[in-house]
Amino acid sequence: MTKRQIGFLGILLSPGALWILLFFLIPSLLIVVYSFLDRQTGGGVLWSFSTDAYVKLFTPNPNSPIINDFVIIFLRSFWWALLTTIICLILGYPLAFFIAQQSTAVKSMLIFLVMIPFWTNFLVRTYAWKFILNNNGLLNTLLHGLGLPRIPIINTPTAVLIGLVYGSLPFMVLPLYASIEKFDYTLVEAAQDLGANYFKVFSKIFLPLTMPGVVAGSVLVFIPVVGQYVVPTILGGGKVAMLGNILAQQFGSAMNWPFGSAIAVIFMILLMFGILIYFYFEREEETV
Amino acid sequence: MTNIDVELVDVTKRFGDFEAVKNISLQIQQGEFFSLLGPSGCGKTTNLRMIAGFELPSEGEIYLKGQPVGQLPPFKRNVNTVFQNYALFPHMTIADNVGFGLEMKKLPKAEVKQRVNDTLELVRLPNLGERKPRQLSGGQQQRVALARALVNRPDVLLLDEPLSALDLKLRKAMQLELKELQNKLGITFIFVTHDQEEAMTMSDRIAVMDHGVVLQVGTPTEIYENPATRFVADFIGETNFLPCTVVGCDNGIATVRLGEIAQINAACDAQLPAGQEATVIIRPEKINIHPTRPDDATADTIFAGKVAESVYIGTDTRFAVTLADNATVNVRHQNVSVDDPLTHVRAGDTVYLSWQSAAARVLTA
Amino acid sequence: MAVQQQVQRGPAARAQSQTHPPRKAGSRLLTWGNRLLWANMIFSFVFLYLPIVVLVAFSFNDSRLAARWSGFTLKWYGLMFTSEAVLTAFWNSLVVAVVSTVISTILGTMTAIGMERFRFPFRKTYDGILYLPVIVPDIVMGVSLLAFFALALDVINSSFNLTGDSTLRAGLGTVIIAHVAFNISFVAIVVRTSLRDFNKALEEAAMDLGANEWTTFRRVTLPLIMPGILGGALLAFTLSLDDFVITFFTTGPGATTLPIEVFGRIRRAIGPDINAISTVMLVMSIGLVVLSQILQRRSSN
Repeated sequence: MTKRQIGFLGILLSPGALWILLFFLIPSLLIVVYSFLDRQTGGGVLWSFSTDAYVKLFTPNPNSPIINDFVIIFLRSFWWALLTTIICLILGYPLAFFIAQQSTAVKSMLIFLVMIPFWTNFLVRTYAWKFILNNNGLLNTLLHGLGLPRIPIINTPTAVLIGLVYGSLPFMVLPLYASIEKFDYTLVEAAQDLGANYFKVFSKIFLPLTMPGVVAGSVLVFIPVVGQYVVPTILGGGKVAMLGNILAQQFGSAMNWPFGSAIAVIFMILLMFGILIYFYFEREEETV
Repeated sequence: MTNIDVELVDVTKRFGDFEAVKNISLQIQQGEFFSLLGPSGCGKTTNLRMIAGFELPSEGEIYLKGQPVGQLPPFKRNVNTVFQNYALFPHMTIADNVGFGLEMKKLPKAEVKQRVNDTLELVRLPNLGERKPRQLSGGQQQRVALARALVNRPDVLLLDEPLSALDLKLRKAMQLELKELQNKLGITFIFVTHDQEEAMTMSDRIAVMDHGVVLQVGTPTEIYENPATRFVADFIGETNFLPCTVVGCDNGIATVRLGEIAQINAACDAQLPAGQEATVIIRPEKINIHPTRPDDATADTIFAGKVAESVYIGTDTRFAVTLADNATVNVRHQNVSVDDPLTHVRAGDTVYLSWQSAAARVLTA
Repeated sequence: MAVQQQVQRGPAARAQSQTHPPRKAGSRLLTWGNRLLWANMIFSFVFLYLPIVVLVAFSFNDSRLAARWSGFTLKWYGLMFTSEAVLTAFWNSLVVAVVSTVISTILGTMTAIGMERFRFPFRKTYDGILYLPVIVPDIVMGVSLLAFFALALDVINSSFNLTGDSTLRAGLGTVIIAHVAFNISFVAIVVRTSLRDFNKALEEAAMDLGANEWTTFRRVTLPLIMPGILGGALLAFTLSLDDFVITFFTTGPGATTLPIEVFGRIRRAIGPDINAISTVMLVMSIGLVVLSQILQRRSSN
């Protein structure tokens, strides 16, 4: 590179890089620092080293079935994210497949229909479910009108899962569609020609070759769901908390910033671990 | 009956309102190299796909070794296909690709391995089993596709324009290699192509198709020398078409009037009624061209004409000659002698054309 | 040959030119598969759209009791447009979205060009860092920015002795900064895709005809990647307008955006007034998708 080019590159990159450094990387590192400090009652931190936050996070509570309530919330968040991912895959894979089979006009219309919720305000879409599932919401009003008993579904794990799947489905369908759309159907014919029946064609050819879409969709669903705050708050009413709820709580009403920071740090470490596994597999894909 | 491998009986294939294949009947002998030749969209690939089982015939039946298979899915037919763009599974190694069919038959692993290696050797690709398809060149991928089909020992091998993605030189080499392989294995090959030269080079018999119909089935010589229709004559090689009116016909020789120019004799297949409009066809290389009026005893027909264009292309010189009634005839003159007076012929010069009656044919279709 | 055909027409006698209904191979299995696919498709779209349709329908419900239909009304829309809180929140949302979109589009586009057109040390590392704001869950970004702004504002206020009215506080400013921080990455990703599809020969042709780098960029590159830049801007605008979590942690008193206002109302009670605000937000979103589709179609032409 010439000197002129280096200068040009500096002008191009430095404003964005500076912004991301200042308002993304430094805040992220600050959280790591905060997690090793003492709490200040009323919010904030005291600048003295402490491992209290981590100790608190891993101290067993005899009344809790698994170590303590925080660990339970961690496990629950990851478990629900996994469940959401699986349900989205079960609904989304055949849906993406169906869309990919249609004529060009129908295809673009259906994909457009999937994209509308993708772009629509998440809060509003979650609220729509609260409107339906609430104790005096649409579902129960209808049931009552039909002389049937009301179903107390709001503030239960079921309500939260419905909301999580609802919010995530488009994020699963779009990457799946992209990879199914690219699929070369002569490979199906080639496999059939060599004696593979429908199940073999699917398991040996179609699924492995659309795997990048499955992986991409799963990552796009899993990560945001683990950190969900809006859905468990609105549809869970704080009664079925996820990681997002305790994070918000520690930085809000509980005023324990170091503890909240420690939760965020452990959360990020677990996610990074997942992302590393993802990139490992993606690299495997590339060498295919 | 025992020596017929594939038989199509009154097969029709419709896609909606469109008839891709119209009432075709064909018989392909055991061990034959059979080509389906025609322009794109003529139904040749649909025909092949019906034999493979990717399409089911709307009407009619297909027999493999005497058994009806028309409605069977592809994985229940003992035929294999070499696809146009090879359709190698990109996520599997070469060995896994080649072994796929045997794996589907649930053959023991050791046997699969043995046969995969043997077949890769047969197509001259040993030691490449662990590579992925994209690491191979086009020619190598072509061989893998061939090996993947042949390893299953199919009754019939179907080849859907398998050489079209290769460059000219490689294509020529593969043509010979395919033919050699077919001789060695004795498997029936059904080969789809739009390249008439390719079909002529390799086939025992050719079916020429157009608009879903088989126009003619025959050996390369039959098809070239005795084309059944104008289309066949035009599609295979180069031909001059001269409109004519039948004057009389006797014993395979027709007398026809060529516009205002002359009355000539030409070969004909059927009895033609006098007065019928027809076409005389004559191949450019069967016309002799002379700078002066020839004294040629063997020629039955001699015309004078003006050279419109002459192109020297090494092995021969091509002349476009305009006859008296403005009909243009293409002539191919082989450059045999060193001091050929024809090399000095220029556009506008008068030349003389002659041919034998038997070289020209009268066609009505 | 004709004789031979007659003799060998054995199987033909059995065929008798039978007619088969048009169907694909392995029909029964595929028919069932097809039915399941259809059922799944219908279920999925009902699942995706029923809540939205219900929400919109009940925004016209006359009853205060949310889920009991008692007649058509537009009064909730009337109430909404006269509510000081909603109008302020709407205005704030718009200000945040516009300002953060402008900044992030400029910075994101510059970043995209730098990343796509130059090779430099640590390029891969920076590439990874650029993806982080997209991957990191918004709640984590939200709390870390909360902690950061608290500290930063504290440091600034104390070092410049800012007191009383001149004290710097979290508000629309901090929200805008936060929105730009995640939007730069989104814009950069979108613009990079259009730069990658870009035919470099066009730039070479311009330079061959005597244009320098800057003129080439302004006259050739920029017009051609404009749909990509607009697409990125639109995405940034939508993300900013829709963002709740990061705004929630970075805003201060008196700087309420529309999602914050709606969230507050939802926590208190559900009702047709929220349905009305939600419907307006929905219509805005759909308008933005349509716009993005139009842009996409134009860029692919």
